Amino acid sequence: MPRFESVDHLNQYRRQLKAKFDPNQLQVLVCAGPGCLPLGSNALAEAFRAALAERGLNGKVVLKSSGCQGLCAKGVRVLIRPQEISYQKVAPEDVPEIVETTLIKGGIVDRLLYQDPVSGEKCVHKSEIPFYQRQQPIVLRKLDVIDPESLDDYLLLGGYRSLRKAFFEMTPLQVIEALERSGLRGRGGAGFPTGRKWRICREAPEKVKFLICNGDEGDPGAFMDRAVMEGDPHAIIEGMIVGAYAIGASQGYIYVRHEYPLAVKRLKLAIEQAREAGFLGKNILRSGVNFDIKISQGSGAFVCGEETALIASIEGFIGEPSPRPPYPAQAGLFGLPTVINNVETWANVPEIINMGPDWYAAIGTENSKGTKVFSLVGAVNHTGLVEVPMGTTLRQIIFDLGGGIPGGKEFKAVQTGGPSGGCIPQHFLDLPVDYDSLQEVGSIMGSGGMIVMDQTSCMVDVARYFINFLFEESCGKCTPCREGLRQLVHIYNEIINGRGEESHLALMEDLCTAMRSASICGLGQSAVNPVLSTLKYFREEYEAHIFRKKCPALVCRPLIKYTIDPDICTGCLACVRECPVGAISGIRKEAQEIDQELCIKCGLCYEVCQFEAVRRE
Amino acid sequence: MDVARLEAILSRYEGESYDLIPILQDIQDEYNFLPKDELKEVAKRLSVPLSRIYSIATFYKMFSLMPKGEHQIKVCLGTTCHLKGGQRLLDSISSRLGIEVGYTSKDGKFSLETVGCLGSCAQAPVMMVDDKYYARVTVDKVPKILKQYQ
Repeated sequence: MPRFESVDHLNQYRRQLKAKFDPNQLQVLVCAGPGCLPLGSNALAEAFRAALAERGLNGKVVLKSSGCQGLCAKGVRVLIRPQEISYQKVAPEDVPEIVETTLIKGGIVDRLLYQDPVSGEKCVHKSEIPFYQRQQPIVLRKLDVIDPESLDDYLLLGGYRSLRKAFFEMTPLQVIEALERSGLRGRGGAGFPTGRKWRICREAPEKVKFLICNGDEGDPGAFMDRAVMEGDPHAIIEGMIVGAYAIGASQGYIYVRHEYPLAVKRLKLAIEQAREAGFLGKNILRSGVNFDIKISQGSGAFVCGEETALIASIEGFIGEPSPRPPYPAQAGLFGLPTVINNVETWANVPEIINMGPDWYAAIGTENSKGTKVFSLVGAVNHTGLVEVPMGTTLRQIIFDLGGGIPGGKEFKAVQTGGPSGGCIPQHFLDLPVDYDSLQEVGSIMGSGGMIVMDQTSCMVDVARYFINFLFEESCGKCTPCREGLRQLVHIYNEIINGRGEESHLALMEDLCTAMRSASICGLGQSAVNPVLSTLKYFREEYEAHIFRKKCPALVCRPLIKYTIDPDICTGCLACVRECPVGAISGIRKEAQEIDQELCIKCGLCYEVCQFEAVRRE
Repeated sequence: MDVARLEAILSRYEGESYDLIPILQDIQDEYNFLPKDELKEVAKRLSVPLSRIYSIATFYKMFSLMPKGEHQIKVCLGTTCHLKGGQRLLDSISSRLGIEVGYTSKDGKFSLETVGCLGSCAQAPVMMVDDKYYARVTVDKVPKILKQYQ
């Protein structure tokens, strides 16, 4: 990779890459995204490598590990280009057949194709799969076709093109105006207009300014930032360079969770590549812009996703938030003006510059422009990453893209926005999703986690789960959050243990009001959302727990009972071996029995029983 | 205290107080915990009070003041994993190893931890042993997974 001294030099290199690129080149892209990686992407890629070598196809077929290909439910995914054949649930055993049938003979391996659950029809090409058809990828656009470790792949698809336009055709203020006109709002959750944030920072009198990319994706159920950091790291860097030019910063930071080791590795590599190529460093492409990026790793604290806590963490302190104002754009890192945007926000910037703000603003709703990436997980057939225009309805996302609820079960709720979001019930399924509409129904956009729940989820348990999570993650600095959460945890435990009282419901609402108005940061202020939304939409479940001492979804341990059906039990003793308290006994090959006094209701017997002999009521 | 071992870490940094967390991260990775003598030396070299180091070591989850096991088991209790039986998975591992969350097994082989979310929600419940992910871990898969490390 040369060091690019000018835009002409870069363009010339890109032309060479394009001239060398054969559009008919056979490529095998093995998905190594967050969903497929734990299913064995690396072993699959190795199997392809060995098979290609064995069949003498090394020079003829290019093998790559790509970023997330979206439809994680059907991993490991493999994309064959240029035909765009999309195979799913591919295992190393399938490799010889794919090599023989598809790569050598040009045919299709039918059993590895996506099959429509309703019509039974099979889809050969990615573009025919309904999951992909309704998406409009901007941020995820390159994830399934590039090798995230190759700068050439990124350049070939127009990477770092926005620098020419920003540096040489626009003033910094014009870049900011373009961002303002595009309507881009922060993708980390709060939705603050990005252009306005940049302007505040630019106009601050201090000379030294900083940029931060917030990659501390802590919301359980959200993995879009991980997928982008691992799958298209240069897009984030490119966005940050444009931002540095616009606000006049010379140092940037990317703050990544240490729980994402691959993201850290890929970002480090991309930063090195960008330095070597002259996209980072002094006088970038002879524009006079000096900018470099450091990686700062989180150490495992959810609250550090909050911007002032994150800044404290980079400065070498514990992650305690500070009251705002002043906002980081006025006084942030080391007390200096700092723009802090989320991964997805930065990754949108290059395309807004390339295509123009009006193109971007034409997508989405009146006050929420562009697209949003959602991680669609939980009780839904097509779990995975989706990117849709703002204003797409929940029903379209969950049923059209997501393929509905598995196992013939019914939709109960969708939880958006991470632990600080709310649970949205069925009668809002036709809600067009944007920042404002979600807030109106008592939830938030958050970073874009979307967790679908069916009738087997207990909403009291779900709310308790979030409150417990937030209680453990609360930094403890301000009383309303620290003590409010402690009391909520206590009340939830009472309810779930069959000691709930009617007065608890009003008390919870009171606590929530105080926490919302008096907590220092977003963690405490929005922690009330899971409580209030479930109290509002699923009150009958609270009442069942409190008045009837029953958990209708059969989730809350103290309110349920496990028994073994003697007519079904084969006496295989699988449950006996698993029971941690030795509560199950009986003669081998005969029906077993659970001692209700000893049973701790952990449900392990229920899970290991192959014969469905364990009853839960 | 092995001075050279600590020196190798400190030499990567300029020695400013904002280097504190990255230095502690490196010590944690190198030693598998934060040994007291090393922390005292870091406090001296960066001119920060030991109490600040203690506050950081106890605030952030990745740090441990006690030696961790040879293999780190992280059971995900993110929302999706919670809904799909992450707690049962945790109970099963905990009872098999005879340790509670946050502890290390007597033979020093395993430390058991929970994590807020590993970001592989589509394959819930998920667990990690060191840097390896395990997908859709039902409790019957636990013995086989643990065996590889025993």
